[in-house]
Amino acid sequence: MNDTICAISTTLGVGAISIVRVSGKEAIEKVNNITNIDLTKKKSHTISYAYIKDNNEIIDEVLISIMKAPKTFTTEDTVEINCHGGIATTEKVLELLLKQGIRLAETGEFTKRAFLNGRIDLTEAEAVNDLINTKTDKARKIVINNLKGTTSNKIRKLRERLVKIINNIEVNIDYPEYQDIEEMTVEKIKEEIGSIEEELESIITNSENSKIITNGINIAIIGRPNVGKSSILNKLIEEDKAIVTNIPGTTRDIVEASFNLNGITLNLIDTAGIRETEDIVEQIGVKKSKEALEKADLVLLILNNNEKLTKEDKELLEISKNKKRIIVVNKTDLEKKLDIKDENIVYTNTIEEKGIEELLDKISELYKLEQLETNDFYYVSTIEQLNKIKSTRNNIKDIKAGLKENISIDMLEIDLREIWQTLGEVIGETYTEELLDNLFKNFCVGK
Amino acid sequence: MKYDIIVVGGGHAGCEAALVSARLDNKTLLITGNIKNIADCPCNPSVGGSAKGIVVREIDALGGEMGINADKSLIQIKKLNTRKGPAVWSLRSQIDKVDYSQNMIETLNKENNLEIKETLVEHLIVENNTVKGVITREKEQIEAKAVILTTGTYLNSNILVGSTKKQEGPHGEETELNLSKDLKNLGFTIQRLKTGTPPRIKRDTIDFSKTKVEKGSDVHLQFSFYEKSPFDIEKQEDCYLIYTTPKTHKIIYDNLTKSAMYGGYVEGVGPRYCPSIEDKLVKFKDKERHQLFLEPESRHYDSIYIQGFSSSMPIDVQDKMVHSLPGLENCEIQKYAYAIEYDAIDPTQLKRSLETKVIENLFTAGQINGTSGYEEAACQGLMAAINANQKLKNKEPLVLGRDEAYIGVLIDDLVTKGTLDPYRLLTSRAEYRLLLRDDNADLRLTEHGREVGLVKDKQYKVFTDKKRKIEELLKKLEQTITPTKKTNEILEKSGIKPILDKISLHDLLKKPDVTVEKLDYFLNNKYEKEVREEVEIMIKYEGYIKKQIEDAEKQKEYEKIKLSEDIDYNNVPNLALEAREKLNKIKPTSIGQAMRISGVNPSDISILTIYLRSKHE
Repeated sequence: MNDTICAISTTLGVGAISIVRVSGKEAIEKVNNITNIDLTKKKSHTISYAYIKDNNEIIDEVLISIMKAPKTFTTEDTVEINCHGGIATTEKVLELLLKQGIRLAETGEFTKRAFLNGRIDLTEAEAVNDLINTKTDKARKIVINNLKGTTSNKIRKLRERLVKIINNIEVNIDYPEYQDIEEMTVEKIKEEIGSIEEELESIITNSENSKIITNGINIAIIGRPNVGKSSILNKLIEEDKAIVTNIPGTTRDIVEASFNLNGITLNLIDTAGIRETEDIVEQIGVKKSKEALEKADLVLLILNNNEKLTKEDKELLEISKNKKRIIVVNKTDLEKKLDIKDENIVYTNTIEEKGIEELLDKISELYKLEQLETNDFYYVSTIEQLNKIKSTRNNIKDIKAGLKENISIDMLEIDLREIWQTLGEVIGETYTEELLDNLFKNFCVGK
Repeated sequence: MKYDIIVVGGGHAGCEAALVSARLDNKTLLITGNIKNIADCPCNPSVGGSAKGIVVREIDALGGEMGINADKSLIQIKKLNTRKGPAVWSLRSQIDKVDYSQNMIETLNKENNLEIKETLVEHLIVENNTVKGVITREKEQIEAKAVILTTGTYLNSNILVGSTKKQEGPHGEETELNLSKDLKNLGFTIQRLKTGTPPRIKRDTIDFSKTKVEKGSDVHLQFSFYEKSPFDIEKQEDCYLIYTTPKTHKIIYDNLTKSAMYGGYVEGVGPRYCPSIEDKLVKFKDKERHQLFLEPESRHYDSIYIQGFSSSMPIDVQDKMVHSLPGLENCEIQKYAYAIEYDAIDPTQLKRSLETKVIENLFTAGQINGTSGYEEAACQGLMAAINANQKLKNKEPLVLGRDEAYIGVLIDDLVTKGTLDPYRLLTSRAEYRLLLRDDNADLRLTEHGREVGLVKDKQYKVFTDKKRKIEELLKKLEQTITPTKKTNEILEKSGIKPILDKISLHDLLKKPDVTVEKLDYFLNNKYEKEVREEVEIMIKYEGYIKKQIEDAEKQKEYEKIKLSEDIDYNNVPNLALEAREKLNKIKPTSIGQAMRISGVNPSDISILTIYLRSKHE
């Protein structure tokens, strides 16, 4: 059977409490060896106050949750130790557990066990990963939606519909002499495939949006020196009271500050110390802007209302033209000398604090943020799953082409079957090794 | 007396098995309860049908007899699903039951290495888990190196009509009681299955004016790829279509509990795919009428089979039921419908060679393996005997892939999934059916038949000629034609739209209205219909065929990951209980096969793969 594993499951360095999670047959017994109370006598799903001890030395004052199999995340006996003594003591607790012969969990291993033990299906497993990486309420809501298996259910229903068509076609083939069995006609397939396509497309759109929701939008502010980049950045942050700084995760190094807009995280990408002083900013040239551009989903290009387009402005316009971009014409309090046309222009004036609302509205409009419905939001969260669903577009295209060319229905069924198979792979009901391998490689839960 | 191979049972499986065995130079004994009933068709007078017709072609390609024997005994033949794609075309024939049986007996009698004996086998002689021979009813011990059981429905059978139950096989023949007990004692799991057959009525008492005539094909069709069928399609007989009436339904509903099935007299599980008329009514309450076909059984006697009307009602109710049908109001019933239940083994106790896992050198084929249908039985008989021969000659068994033959699909399904009701082959069971076509069965399988020694020179020459011509034609089609005035004139004359750009004949052939025949001018040769048809399908459906080949290749990667027979799945950590039990029982030979076991989930497969990897390391 599975050996017992442990790991610190909270992010290191943040927060007053860290949790050490232990899962496996020996979880209760081994944790019991390092406490002052008898955990083996505790009921399942209870929390007890205890000390963690190294021989006679008290390491930390903790709360211990006991959860017995099978009603746990991994379906195995699980113990969670809430440590209060900061990172050093938490690591000491972990060390004690390792000394007890418990193995350090691999990346994603708790979730892998939950999946392998049939506790969650693939989309749910992915969702757990998402949940850990979410930053805003909206993101949490849709991830939880997914975690409840609603996307899997949606896909399962689509598969059931496909099976119905497939079965009907097959009955027609296997019992051709029975003229009284309903014939699956080209019209019926057309209708069904149209509706299935719609549903799949909506999952694709949602999944693409869900990236925005879980990861936020990375924004780069670029512009010549002295056009007011730092003022605009400061105003944007001030607009939102809940400033999030120092976000953990992959974007940490480049994010200067983040704030919420309609429940979506907007990450302002650091354009090399933009906030420090205007003097330093003066040294930032096109090269730095280019670097920021690469990391950005959205570019705010700041121009000065009071000056004609300079050579440098033109250069910046050129390098950002293929990006999603808003041109911010600043300093509208001064005389208008700038002449520029673009579909996404906002006029601001940071002295009189004008135009910042409009800028936020523009961002919202560009990403249709207000329309992101989170209640009926079905999505898949890995690129593999998304690509699989996207690959059904080819089948649907082939079916539609086939329908046009009067290809016989039993041929169309080959593509219908393939869609069914592919959707099965997305929710883990058909086996393919790559999907599983990639899934667990990309996991960062539990550690 | 010592034989190489003994075949027990003279039905469709037994005949194929005996012929293969004898033709591969094994001293063969065929034991049957009644020689007159060899190759008997106790149910419908028909060979072929959707998927089954393709199996007959596969049997023929491998060097089996069913196709040729059906061709010799035709009453009517047609191609099914011609309005659909070529992947699902399939031949269906009405055969003359008397001719079919007699022709087969004649063929058997011609074989030098084959003896036929009329008796029942009561016991197997088994030493060290290896079969050594059989013991007959007369207590005669007959030794053999291998035994093939093809007992059909004659294993511990009961015939049921209403509440009456008789311990006998079809035609009132004696049933064999001891053999199934023997099998059970040897370690086989015995399951009880049920099937049934409709009433037969006297032809000249039917009013055919109330029926719809169903004609056969108007072009020559035949099963065999190489043996010319003597059948004259001008001499086909008709079948007739009628429907059940509200009166029929009322009679059945009123008497439902009197039927053997609904009265609780049957223990066996009946075929889902071939329900009795009672079942049809109960399961499809909303359906106002059911289709029935009237099929002639033989030119030698005056008997009509009512397809779709199988029943286990008492005979007085059957009288009323039959007489409520249009055209049959005054008909004379010659033989009443009955249900029959019989013993079968659990086919997951078989290897893919159809040798049993329980007893070495013992093979089984046909209904004893839980299948239903003449074609299903015949192809298993063929494969069992091929593999018994391979075994005796220390050669690798012939195992056909799921992408290679319907026969491969059938056997893999049986040994991997088992069956709870009589198994019927369906096109939907084949995931690569575009590869498993009627037209290319010879291209798929003749080489296999040749390799095991069944395909003789005559058949092989027909095959290689066809193959050569196909290659030649494909090569010729690579040529490009240009839109000159002359070319377009020729095209238009053949009914093809003029071309605007340079195009290869291959690509031109992809267009719906273009056929090889219409391109004759450019090909400098006339090709036979089989060759043209083959090439047209290959080219017109190129994209779809390629897709299925790719899918099959992908699956083959899983088939390549072998699972040793010695794995004790109890020692594989984390497998779900159900998977553990199933895997231990079925002992799949590859991950691919394991994936197809119901109850073995993707997570079990991933655990198994991880386990295999860790064992390698």
